[in-house]
Amino acid sequence: MGFLKKLLFGGPAAVQQLPTGTITVDRAGHIITSTVSSSYPKNMLHGIGRDVLELLREARAAQMPLAEVSLHFGSLRITARELRGGAIIFLFPQTALFPTPTPARP
Amino acid sequence: MDARHKILILDDDADWLALCREMLAASPSRPEILTANTAKRALALLETEKIRLLISDLKMPRMDGLQLLSIVRRRFPETRTIVLSGLEDEEYRSRAYALGVDLFWLKIEMQRNAQLFIECLESLLGQADRDGDTGFRGIQSKSLMDIIQMECLTRSSTVLRITRGPLVAKLWIQDGELIDAEAEGARGEAAFYRLLAWKAGTFENLPAEINRERTIQKPVNALLLESAQALDEAADPGVEPDSVESRLHRKTMWKLSQLTREGAEFVIAVPLAGQGEPEALGTQGVAALAKWTRCAAEIARRLGDRLEAGPLSHVAGQNLERQVLMLARGDRAFLVGWPAEAAENLPEKSRKLVASWDS
Repeated sequence: MGFLKKLLFGGPAAVQQLPTGTITVDRAGHIITSTVSSSYPKNMLHGIGRDVLELLREARAAQMPLAEVSLHFGSLRITARELRGGAIIFLFPQTALFPTPTPARP
Repeated sequence: MDARHKILILDDDADWLALCREMLAASPSRPEILTANTAKRALALLETEKIRLLISDLKMPRMDGLQLLSIVRRRFPETRTIVLSGLEDEEYRSRAYALGVDLFWLKIEMQRNAQLFIECLESLLGQADRDGDTGFRGIQSKSLMDIIQMECLTRSSTVLRITRGPLVAKLWIQDGELIDAEAEGARGEAAFYRLLAWKAGTFENLPAEINRERTIQKPVNALLLESAQALDEAADPGVEPDSVESRLHRKTMWKLSQLTREGAEFVIAVPLAGQGEPEALGTQGVAALAKWTRCAAEIARRLGDRLEAGPLSHVAGQNLERQVLMLARGDRAFLVGWPAEAAENLPEKSRKLVASWDS
């Protein structure tokens, strides 16, 4: 039965959860602190940190250094503030009726 | 016997239902308000009560608003329908109108223009009184010229609100005569010509505004003829080179005026596939900014796919000097620069700028 179960049903359906919380990354993309649930895959968080740092780095290269950058998706908002080459990144899942407010400017 | 109209409001949000009930109960015809928090409950009420108007949300668990509306259209054709949704996606508006709903309003618009919403609702109920269960609804795939001619031929008094993505235009028709138009910041005949260049959109009939100032004196047929001639000339490949130049010049001037009117600093349009040069107005550092725009679009696409975070709305950035907003539209990405102190609602203003850039 155990064998059949494996064969027929495979693994559980993979429904990706959206990350909620805050992470801090250094200039090399290493995660320094995180309040995101420990069940959320670490490599995904690394990916977010890496991409956000690249966005901020490219902005500097374009002579347009940005103190803050926000990516607004249908169900998630990622807001990152530059921190001496690194960044503090806020992850807010969104719903249609209750979009989360923008954090106050520093 | 109670002659008051019955209005049924369907929404899965209890607070919103309470708010709507309070607001609509105070409207001039004092309708009786019924509420339901599921589509199943709404259908049960439609079966048992004589509902004149159904106001439905779109996004609900189990059966969504579009499914319900298609059932209502089929089983209760005499019931007028309004969609009141929080979803700002143009596709939902088109799909709702394709199902034959009478009006589509965004919840946020309804809160801002509660008085206008009540007037539209009263107008719908009044129409229902006049027409009884007769009359046809659900016009689809007609050109704007057809719609305007139809309103004028029937000597209607109405305000036509035409929506194309984030752009909204209005035409005021009084006793079958076009008296005023507003589109893309222009008014009068200029607005009417700009509006006729729109290739697609949706329209709604709002209550007439009798005291609207008249800015258009020409008969509507003359305006339509002139507009059709202008569009034909624009499509003619045998046109003189100097007139092409002057048209390009006019287009650039128009874009600049839009930029100034909205208060933006610059706009850059970047082809995403890497073909073609970026187009820019208001900035010198085009190449570097275009590179960042491409990079932001690519990173956003990558992140969105990996996190399954849904479609990208925009990417916003800011520093002490300015704010920038990147939007993807079709096969191009747009970067709009705003002063640091620019007011709120920049995504909406940027979308309007980008839409008029393309029109």
